[in-house]
Amino acid sequence: MKRTQFMVKRVLQGLIAILLIATVNFMLVRAAPGDPVSVMAGEAGASDAQFVAQLRAQFGLDKPITTQLATYLGKVVQLDLGYSYRQQQPVLKLILDRLPATLLLTGSAFVLSLIFGITLGALSARKAGTWVDSAISLVALVFYATPLYWLALMAVLVFTVQLDWLPGFGFSTVGSGATGLALAWDIAQHLVLPVLTLALFYMAVYARMTRAAMLEVAQMDFVKTARAKGVKPGRILRAHVLRNALLPVVTLAGIQAGGLIGGAVLTETVFAWPGLGRLMFDALLQRDYSLLLGTFLVTAAMAVLFNLITDLVYTLVDPRIEL
Amino acid sequence: MKRRNLLQLGGATAGLTLAGIPLELLAAGKKGGVINVALQPEPPSIMIGTIQNGPALLVGGNIYEGLLSYDEQLAPQPSLATAWTVSPDGLTYVFKLKPNVRWHDGKPFTAADVVFSIDVFLRKTHARARSNMAVVQSIREVDPLTVEFKLKQPFGPFLGIFPANGMPMVPKHIYEGAADFLKHPAHATPIGTGPFKFKEWARASYIQLVRNDDYHVKDAPLVDSLYFHVIPDAASRANAFESGKIDVLPGGSVEYFDVARLAKLPGVVVTTKGWEMFAPLSWIVINNRKAPMDNVKFRQALSLALDREAMRKVAWYGYAEVPNGPFNRHLKYARADLPKLARDKDKAKQLLADVGYKGEPLRLLPLPYGETWQRLAEITRQNLAEVGIKVELAPTDVAGWNQRLNEWDFDLAFNFLYQHGDAALGVARNYTTSNIEKGSPFNNVEGYSNPKVDALFDQGQKELDPAKRQAIYFEVQKLLVDEMPVAWLHELNFPTVYRARVNNPINSGVGLNDGFAKAWLA
Repeated sequence: MKRTQFMVKRVLQGLIAILLIATVNFMLVRAAPGDPVSVMAGEAGASDAQFVAQLRAQFGLDKPITTQLATYLGKVVQLDLGYSYRQQQPVLKLILDRLPATLLLTGSAFVLSLIFGITLGALSARKAGTWVDSAISLVALVFYATPLYWLALMAVLVFTVQLDWLPGFGFSTVGSGATGLALAWDIAQHLVLPVLTLALFYMAVYARMTRAAMLEVAQMDFVKTARAKGVKPGRILRAHVLRNALLPVVTLAGIQAGGLIGGAVLTETVFAWPGLGRLMFDALLQRDYSLLLGTFLVTAAMAVLFNLITDLVYTLVDPRIEL
Repeated sequence: MKRRNLLQLGGATAGLTLAGIPLELLAAGKKGGVINVALQPEPPSIMIGTIQNGPALLVGGNIYEGLLSYDEQLAPQPSLATAWTVSPDGLTYVFKLKPNVRWHDGKPFTAADVVFSIDVFLRKTHARARSNMAVVQSIREVDPLTVEFKLKQPFGPFLGIFPANGMPMVPKHIYEGAADFLKHPAHATPIGTGPFKFKEWARASYIQLVRNDDYHVKDAPLVDSLYFHVIPDAASRANAFESGKIDVLPGGSVEYFDVARLAKLPGVVVTTKGWEMFAPLSWIVINNRKAPMDNVKFRQALSLALDREAMRKVAWYGYAEVPNGPFNRHLKYARADLPKLARDKDKAKQLLADVGYKGEPLRLLPLPYGETWQRLAEITRQNLAEVGIKVELAPTDVAGWNQRLNEWDFDLAFNFLYQHGDAALGVARNYTTSNIEKGSPFNNVEGYSNPKVDALFDQGQKELDPAKRQAIYFEVQKLLVDEMPVAWLHELNFPTVYRARVNNPINSGVGLNDGFAKAWLA
């Protein structure tokens, strides 16, 4: 009962938050100088008053801004994200088209970083003070501190340009005509570099966080009690230390998961990955208002959703936490 | 890995053939193969009757054609029109169309398409075509293969306005009667008469075109397929070229330091040809409306303070020339006898003292087009500081830059424009009073107004006799250099980087934008 109440309350809160976010986004986007018409006219290298007026009317930018906001919110409520005049496609379709590639990239990176991050962190905590610990900490620090953009470019230079082991651009080999398993294998190869680049940073964060939390928990009384009772060290580590150390990791994982849809602008840009992050970034540069607001709205909804999921996961990891 | 070997092999054979066999023997070319071209940014559409940004023209130039094409000297060449005549008074032009030309969907191309394209479609959708057609009184289909233009007044550059990028022919049978030409479902599957047909567009990844087997030019096109790859990051584009994924980097695809690096790789060709028609010229727009820029001496001082030679070497890596005034040297009637714009710090300081400039800071808008323009802005600030002009950089993105120029909200701003082969088409718009209008960064943004200049440009456009046109434009160049409405910086020579195995990628004054009809792979 309590759980249902909690869920209803949170979902309602979430919906209000999303509407507020939509309004604020709308105003923020309009505050940036320039509009889609000036960008398109600029790209054409020639324009005149007629051209500009024509486009403004087509984009609905000739109406007062309050009317535009009302129209927009009215559509959002009906789950209509609008139409991108620049791309000449509905916003929802543009977003859905990019979704598989985005989820494949960010999802793989998410799983990979969690698994390896927690494993390395736990290993590091267990071997605290040894060379293994130092090595893991050092590697984690390096990946944590290296700018993603640079790491991505270096990965391409080494593994694509120099060694020619892995493809460095795009989603699949263009024009290969591969299908089925061959296509899956091709995509998997294209996935390696961007996923690694994206995963390494979070892996480093998870490893460092897991290690610190585990060392802290290991000093606590209940661990000492368990040890005094004669529980095996392996079990103490897994059931007592790791489980209690996971809470901060879950918090961070929730934040990372909330950003899964938003994609990874830098990684997608360097690896020419056809994801949502790029869609959003291009929309920003081109002032493609409806597309930009659409992507913002979807990412906001995801953040709200994953916040809720994170809270639920807390109760699983630590039953003492109440909703 | 296989691909890489193949490329190396390709490079080796190209080297041999180029070294051993005279080029004319290769003219026929070999059939087959695929050319991969870098594309950035992804265009909103490749229907170039409605969208004219650089990437759209690069792809669309393979699909659509104009009545004429242009050689490197910008002389008109037959394309969809095979012959043309001009009446002695310069008011009637008659074009004979090529027979047996078919659209990609098999329908015949006729005079009705020409009249529809120019008089109906482009007049509504194409700002440049519209302004070029302002002098046209009527366009008439004489017979299915003959079109007649009646002009209101003589128009000197008339035969220069028909390239595919400025006046593309679009199919009447598809667009006739549509309520809105800008938004039409057929734009997604463009139909032209060009050497390549649209095949597929995987958004954010690539655009594929395939050979038009029914093309009206014999033995063309030669390659099977063209892929335009969307790669958003400049450094990644350079890497993609180096790794073999990309064969052709169109001008402006990579930063200039990467051009220098890639040029040294084996089997790589760098050329600055193919921009003669566009003839880009860059300058610092000076807001003539505001003090102290309203004073001609201040503008002269500003120009004299600039070290264009250093900018050319440092920022452009040599891929630019210092101009002598408002005309790119590839333009018709460009004067060769004026001195190159040179630096003279002492004279600049003297002029500033005369003006009584007290060091009021000026806002300079850099162009948000990558590293090169950023460096130019920094060098400019340095140059101007050395003579005592204080400059603050006001960085912004593309939309912000457009907005500021549209609304005249700047003191100084970088800009570069295509000059389109003729002063009446690509120069007059920047200096005549009638072109002072908010809402475009490409007209007389600086707000310069001189009745004498207006009169000369007006005469120049109406004059038909080349010798008289030359005299008029020579005079206007001298006048503008004296008045310095803007500070011209460089004639830009955009380098196209491509693999030697790609033969003939560029064979006209319009360059890659004319399509890959004659390109073939060794």
